[in-house]
Amino acid sequence: MLKPAGQKCSVFLNGRLIGFADNGEATLAELREKRRSGVISHQSNFHYNYKTDELYVNTDSGRARRPYIVVENGQSKLIPSLLEQLKNGEMSWEKLIKLGVVEYLDAEEEEDSLIALRDTDLTSEHTHLEIDPVSIVGVSVSVLPYPEYNSSPRITMACAMSKQSLGTYAMNFNMRTDSRSHIMVYPQQPLVQTRPYSILKFAEHAAGQNFVVAITTARGYNMADALVMNRNAVDRGLGRSVFYKTHETEERRYPGGQRDKFEIPPATTHGYREEKAYRHLGEDGIIIPESNVDSKDVLVGKTSPPRFLEELSVFGVTEERKRENSLAVKGGEGGTVDSVLLAESLSGNKLVKCRIRSIKIPEQGDKFASRHGQKGVIGLLLPQEDMPFTKDGIVPDLIINPHAIPSRMTMGHLLEMLGGKAACYTGKFADATAFNGDKEDEFKKTMKENGLDEFGEEVLYDATTGEPMKAKIYIGVIYYQKLHHLVSNKMHVRSRGPVQLLTHQPTEGRAREGGLRFGEMERDCLIGYGASMLLKERLLEESDKTYELVCDKCGSIAIHDHVKNRDYCALCDSTSLHYVEMSYAFKLLLDEIKSLHIFPRLLLRDKA
Amino acid sequence: MASKARSVDPGEAVGIIAAQSIGEPGTQMTMRTFHYAGVAEQVPTGLPRLIELVDARKEPKKPLMDVYIKEELSKSEPKVREIAHGLESTLLSSLATIEEDFAQKLIRIAIDEKTISEEQISLDDIKKKIQKLASVSEGEEKNVFVIKPTKTTSLRNIRRLTNKLRSLHIKGIERISRTMIIRNADGTYRIRTGGSNLAAIMKHPSVISEKTYTNDIQEIERVLGVEAARQSLTNELKQVLDMQNLNVDIRHCMLLADAMTMDGKIKSIGRHGLSGEKAGVLARAAFEETIKHLINAAVHAEEDRLIGVTENIIIGQTVPVGTGLVKLKMKM
Repeated sequence: MLKPAGQKCSVFLNGRLIGFADNGEATLAELREKRRSGVISHQSNFHYNYKTDELYVNTDSGRARRPYIVVENGQSKLIPSLLEQLKNGEMSWEKLIKLGVVEYLDAEEEEDSLIALRDTDLTSEHTHLEIDPVSIVGVSVSVLPYPEYNSSPRITMACAMSKQSLGTYAMNFNMRTDSRSHIMVYPQQPLVQTRPYSILKFAEHAAGQNFVVAITTARGYNMADALVMNRNAVDRGLGRSVFYKTHETEERRYPGGQRDKFEIPPATTHGYREEKAYRHLGEDGIIIPESNVDSKDVLVGKTSPPRFLEELSVFGVTEERKRENSLAVKGGEGGTVDSVLLAESLSGNKLVKCRIRSIKIPEQGDKFASRHGQKGVIGLLLPQEDMPFTKDGIVPDLIINPHAIPSRMTMGHLLEMLGGKAACYTGKFADATAFNGDKEDEFKKTMKENGLDEFGEEVLYDATTGEPMKAKIYIGVIYYQKLHHLVSNKMHVRSRGPVQLLTHQPTEGRAREGGLRFGEMERDCLIGYGASMLLKERLLEESDKTYELVCDKCGSIAIHDHVKNRDYCALCDSTSLHYVEMSYAFKLLLDEIKSLHIFPRLLLRDKA
Repeated sequence: MASKARSVDPGEAVGIIAAQSIGEPGTQMTMRTFHYAGVAEQVPTGLPRLIELVDARKEPKKPLMDVYIKEELSKSEPKVREIAHGLESTLLSSLATIEEDFAQKLIRIAIDEKTISEEQISLDDIKKKIQKLASVSEGEEKNVFVIKPTKTTSLRNIRRLTNKLRSLHIKGIERISRTMIIRNADGTYRIRTGGSNLAAIMKHPSVISEKTYTNDIQEIERVLGVEAARQSLTNELKQVLDMQNLNVDIRHCMLLADAMTMDGKIKSIGRHGLSGEKAGVLARAAFEETIKHLINAAVHAEEDRLIGVTENIIIGQTVPVGTGLVKLKMKM
């Protein structure tokens, strides 16, 4: 005890000292009793710190609380008669709280409690009982099958990945205009489910499909987390999804009464694209639904007034030349126009929304994952006739590599495969709720009853030779999710392409068709290798090489007079000039140094 | 011939290769350093020590020495212990209680006679040492010295003088705070000291001066010269890397030590040392403090002969390394 004996227990209400009690523990017991009997609100929580002899009463908002079954003298207060009433629908949750059978604890009161995970664990020491062992995990984990059979890092990964899985994010997706949305075409509910999964009614908007999976090598195309998928299964619709992208544009109004106009831009428009780009547009300049668009095709033709009003032509007359400002599909994208919406924007302008749909069929590089943190990308789509098969003629949809299992210790993955296989034979969903799921032995029994190997291993026949494979192969049915990392949205190459205005160096990023940076450390490697010419090629020839005229008298960069078609040095008027190869960034550096009032001179000499 | 075959090719970018060879395992060391966070260390090892060496700090965080005793004495533990005890620096504060009297503006030093007889120090010796700092007047008792500051009597100066007196070195070797006896593999004993004083230890009659070791590179440079500093820098670098089981060739460490000592004094790697003294303006400007270097170059009308790697990359020429080093002598 940190304070002198004889002093009274301090009582705090929502963190403020409000008074003293003679006996803290007795007061606590009394408060708790009153809460359970309904005298005090059931939303209050109490915590007694015996070290400092302080009693905390909390009734304020913002405390995270969780329900538990109250235990008294080692006996759950949820007695069989109450359970019976619950089953018959004669008892409600509110009533259980009122009866003091169920109570909510906050983080502080939890510290004073001893909570049993299962009713079989109950001792006289216990104060509460967990309603169900699954409730110790969160929402994300509770829908994962057999998490207690997996290593914890894999559970974390599985949670992260199930948030990237494709499904049906909203039932009215067809009426929505989200800027991007991705929908799975034929989602299935998993054969191996958990109780929270059904409580959440997740099956009504499932996010994955049940795959027949074999764990074996496949011609080296499933090494290092690659997947080999059955091409015929893909052709039948396995792992198919639709990607929607909504583009929008409006007829803006400008100061001075001018406004944009939706139309097919006349060929005289400033910045007119090639005629082909406008081919899908209707008379109103808006694209016709269900037309197949390619990258850079125009969706909505739009012309804007010129940016600067005083654009004088050669003849001195102000010429109204409109600016092309159409809405077009971005490079590398494309698809079918799904719907076109005409509306009014917030500022009262004419607004067009245009949704493009593209069907994403699984291809090499697309990412899939089971619910055990086992992710992989497709390495090969193998025709069914080349896939191994069982004596019953079952051909796997997916072949994963055996090396994916031992080091990651995802036993839940193997168990789900067996459970899924058993579910196929019994016609009943398997229950894989955390800590309380169906046991391996039940699946084994089902296997035996159906004349299969109880461990789930079967003889597979090599399709190319017809010979049985030398080892028995573990094969089963497991729920796989398609993750929204698709190659088609990521693939990027460049040989030549756009450069930045300021530096003349290649642009950055896929959206700008950019190059990949040859960075400082990569540069160090080439120097370390002594590959001087290659280094120059990377950093100069393939980047911002320019030839600048340099004056050999004063060492400054000379200029070209277009009117007189003459080269001369602007500083000393000399015409003794030479073209010098340099990086544009260096020319820029010289300019910037000049802006610091420092005059850099280039001393020229013949190259040895 | 064998040595010729092992020699480095002309134009080999030894600097970059050394930097990469030390830097790559260094990243692993960083991770391990954080992993070991909170574990008490006697002497900085691993990354902190590596940084200390490369930065050429004035004094290591924990200076220490290994003192080897002449053969006839080194076999007997009591004798080595006696020598070790003699090395330890005894400060006035451990022999006396020093009190300030601000009212009378004087400092009273009461010597503990029991302690000094154990340490075999005479009162006169102490008095002499104190007199080097301030004039001493005898107190009421034999073992009490009273110091009356004459020149300035401000409280601040009294406090300053007291602190000086507290850390007044009386006996042993200065800066050697404590000693430890370590048993060598051959059964002899050596002394490990906390604190370093190379010059004084090497003069000690029972010490093998040429075997004496200190981890204070700057001190080695002061006492034994830059060549010795170079060698011990190499050894220290290699030792730090070896201790972490990082297999780095010693020649990379040698090159680093050479670069740090090449102009007769120890230079650090970085803005205040090696990189700050590069020949080319552009190379310096590219490293750190761009504007400072550009303006200084302008003031001194500096010329960049474009001899370095960085300069040539900036302007877009081949770098004078490897294949970029060879030039055509004659055009046919």
